[in-house]
Parts: sequence; structure tokens; C-alpha cells
Amino acid sequence: MKKIIFNFLIIGLAAVALNSARAEDQPIDIVGGGTIFGQKPIPVSLSGFTGEGAEVLKFDLAVQGFSFVAPDAAQYLISGSDAGSISGSLTDKFAKRVLLSRSYNGASLRRQAHAFADDIVFAITGKKGIGQTKIAYKSQPAGYGVGEIYVSDFDGANAQRITKDNAIVAKPAWAPGKLALYYTSYALDNPDIFYHSLTTGQRSKIAAYSGLNTSAAVSPNGSKIAMVLSKSGSANIWVCNADGTNLKQISHGDEDSSPTWSPDGSWICFATKHSERRRLAKVPASGGTVQYLNTTGAPNPTEPDWSPDGKWIAFTSQMHDFNVCVVPVDGSMAPAVLVEGQNPSWSPNSRTLVFNRSMGYRQVLSVLDVFTKQYKDCARATGSSSQPAWAK
Amino acid sequence: MKMNQIVFPLVLALAATLATTGCKHTPPKTTIIPGQQAGAVGGENGGGTLSGGGTLGGDTGGTGINTSQGGGSTTGLDEFDGMIKDPAALAANTIHFAFDSAAIKKSEDSNISAVASALSGNASNKLLIEGNCDERGTEEYNRALGERRALAAREALAKRGVSPERIRTISYGKDKPTDPGHDDAAWAKNRRADFVLLHPKP
Repeated sequence: MKKIIFNFLIIGLAAVALNSARAEDQPIDIVGGGTIFGQKPIPVSLSGFTGEGAEVLKFDLAVQGFSFVAPDAAQYLISGSDAGSISGSLTDKFAKRVLLSRSYNGASLRRQAHAFADDIVFAITGKKGIGQTKIAYKSQPAGYGVGEIYVSDFDGANAQRITKDNAIVAKPAWAPGKLALYYTSYALDNPDIFYHSLTTGQRSKIAAYSGLNTSAAVSPNGSKIAMVLSKSGSANIWVCNADGTNLKQISHGDEDSSPTWSPDGSWICFATKHSERRRLAKVPASGGTVQYLNTTGAPNPTEPDWSPDGKWIAFTSQMHDFNVCVVPVDGSMAPAVLVEGQNPSWSPNSRTLVFNRSMGYRQVLSVLDVFTKQYKDCARATGSSSQPAWAK
Repeated sequence: MKMNQIVFPLVLALAATLATTGCKHTPPKTTIIPGQQAGAVGGENGGGTLSGGGTLGGDTGGTGINTSQGGGSTTGLDEFDGMIKDPAALAANTIHFAFDSAAIKKSEDSNISAVASALSGNASNKLLIEGNCDERGTEEYNRALGERRALAAREALAKRGVSPERIRTISYGKDKPTDPGHDDAAWAKNRRADFVLLHPKP
């Protein structure tokens, strides 16, 4: 009997936590508010955590719209311990309510801290956190030339080399929901697109036609690949099945590059040139009429990445430097210039971007909370890291 | 069952009270994070798991490329396989481009003619054109720009009677600068197409 009551107690607590999470969803509603970008972060305080636990919590929460302040200035109080394992609680100071009280076990302390950060994000915003997600990227020792593909936690920790070709590599892309990547490699003396299973290590050629084969982008259901080929005599966007079959050319511009899929799989956005200006365009994934996006104010757009919620396209604008920008797909507002950097890739929750930015003459990976413009650099790797792709 | 129905509302009320008062003595809920056995990334850092499970096979299996899979892929380059690269033969005829342009300048006419005659002089030779960019411009944009430069050079050679079938192109984007500097002089050198003569295997 005691056990039954205890179980109900836990469920009851969880129910309270979930209800209050929904109630707290309002302040972070990103599209409803007046100022969409440059929003104020949600002030939280952190106590009791030292070392790695504190480091992970600070990183994860900063890039999801929170700032760290003294307890008297905080809206939410986070307290707990990372001695041995992570345990902690989250209190809504204004409502005088504990939203979350939990301890974590298993895996690594780091992973436990990410799990706690995810629970905090969910309790406050009702949205799934990004703490336990992965990225893939390329790393070049010299900043150009040969490199390898890597996979790491989204914050750059636990990096693991995937290729061992000592060749030029480019543009990794995840197969949705799978431990598998598509990427470009010059391993066979030509830029070819490969599929690489991370569970077996087996690779297969997806596109190895005469000329350029690069910029693989996987459709959200994993069934199609969009890419750049030059087999027809100019570099254009082509689509094929996930195994490389059923190839079809879908763009015919003079200067096409960098395809990305809409989340429903019906459109492909890409960079191109139109009336002597660089533009972003979209075309039906089965081919058809090209429509141009309004990117006025963000010149020379390239590297578009469509958000998983379908609302936004992040891209790189080249002015004097490269800048990460975001524009609504429906054209309802002008593009917003967020931070200096390139190669933006959306997180699964459509709130955060991973990108690379210059540090001297090399590139470092960084994670950006789009709506507060807060960003933090990923764990430093040697050499130059770029073209990050967020696993979805 | 009946007991539960009675107890449940009571417990909910109790839970709500505890939650609102922030009782510090409530035993915290424990979340078990799947450990290494559930599919570790592993490595020296010993951290984390991948949500889908399974180890990364890159280090052991990544060097082999299984060409038997991937239907529909064809290199289209079979006739170029095994040819001997001779980068020195036409090294003096490298052509250069204006910023962000793939147009062949009029001033490159003599280089294009020299490459065309090198090919017409020996019907068994073929040509590799390597398109390159300076470091300005984004990575994949530059990879496409380098290809456009190589294709423009191929087009110019075709106009001088060289069969395009004898020419293959490769873009290195900004990955193969001839001068790794970061100024106008270096950039001007790097915006180029190199011609590599291909000899048949003896």
C-alpha cells in the first residue's frame, strides 16, 4: 500500500510539473511577441553545481534562451549537486512552485547534466531540449585542403573521427533518425557523395558522376537526396533516391548551390543567381517553377537551411564578412542578421543553430540561440572545423 | 482498484501541496540514463550514448568503400582511369579569373590556344582541368564556382576544336590554394584553372 501511494505521489508530482510547464509556455512564445530577435533571455540562478555539471548546464541553457543571474534577480532557481552524479531541482520563484526535482543515474556525469538541462527546458518552455543531440562536421588541420568527417555531442564534446581518408571532405548530412551520414569525399580523386553507416562503418557511393558531386541534403523522411551535380555541363540541383537511383535534374540556373528540403519534403530551397543578383529560391522537389525568396538587406545569400518547423530559412549572407541570417519562409518580414558566421544548421527544435565562425584564419563551431542571439563556442578542436550538420 | 480510486485524488492533492510549498525532503525522481551497453560512442572520453544505439564503425570500417552498393552510381570516368597525370606539361598555361567570376578573360587566349595545341598534337592524351577559388565566398558556393571555372575552360577548348569527351573537370573550391596568404596578391593567384595533361599508361 505504501508503495502504491508512493507511485501515485511521483505521478502526481509529474502531473503538476507538466501542468505548470504549459502555464509557463507563454513568455517564450517566439512568433507571438513584438520583437522576435534579440529577445531578453529568461533569468535563472544556478547553485550547488561545480565543475563539469555546471559547465554543461550553463552551456545548454545559454543556447536555449536563458541567462544566469543572482538568485534575487532570477525567475527560476536551479539548485542541486554534481558530486558523483547529477541531482537537482527547479523552482519557479514567482509562483513559489517546484517544477522539477530529480536525480540522474547511469552513462556519464556529462550526459546526466545534459538530461537535467533538457528537463529544465521542457519544464519551463514545454519544448524538447537539445542537450542530448549530436552534430557531424568536417575538420581540416590546415584550415583548407584535406580533412576528416567527425561526429560529436552538439556542444563539441566526445568528438569522434568518422573518416580516415586523408582527403578533402565536405558537407556531412544525417540520414534522419539513423546513425548514418551522407558526405562529399575526394577519396577516389573526384568529389563524390557517399553514404556511410556509423553502425557498420560500411560506405557506398551515392553519386560519383563526371565533374562535381556535392552538397547532399536528405529529405525529412530519408527517402530522397538533393545534391549539386555538374554532369550536364553546369552545376545544378539534382534529386535521387536514398540509394542513388532515379536521378532527376530539378534546377537549371547558372549558379546553383546548397539545396535544403522543406520539412514536408515538397520543396527544395537553394542558392542561385537571378537578374544578376544572388538569390535564394525554392522549387518543387519533383521539379517545376522556381520561386525567389525575399532576402533584401542580406546580400549574396548562400547555404540555406530550412527549419524543421517549416517557418524559417537560415542562411549565410556575404557582406564584408559572412553573417548568419534568418528569414521567414512566408516572406512576412525582412531577413534578420544574427551573428557573424557561416554554414548554419537548425537544431531539431527549430530554436537553435549550430554554425562556424572565424577565429583568426580558422573556423570554430558555435551554437546560437536564434531568438536571444546568445551563442557559445563548442569544445575547441585542433585545426579548423566547419559545415556542421545537426542530427534530426 | 477501488482503493486506488480513493487514494489517487488524495495523493494528487498532497503532491500539489508539496510542490507549491517546495518541500525539500521529497525524495527526488531518478532518471536512469542509458549506459554504455545501450550503444556507446566509446573512446577514451567514455562519454555519452547515441540515441539510436550502436557503435560508430568509422575507425575500423571507414576506409573501405563498398562500390558494389549504391545502384545508379556511375563514375562516367572509366576512360580516364589509370592515366598518368603530368601537371608540369601545361603548368605555364594556368588561367586566372576575376573575383567571383567564371568568365574566361580575353587575355587568357594564348594559354587556351597552347593547351588546345598540346591536345591536338597527341590524340591519345587527355586533359584534367582543376578549378580553384580564393578563400572569399562560402565553402559549397566556392566548390560550385571552381567547377564553373573548369567547365568554362573546357568550353573555351571545345571552341578551339578539342572534343569535350577528352576533358574531365574537378573543383577544389578553396581547398587547394597555390598561395595560402590572405591578401589580394594571394587571392589573385588562387582564382585559377590548372591544366593537367593526362598520358595513357605505357
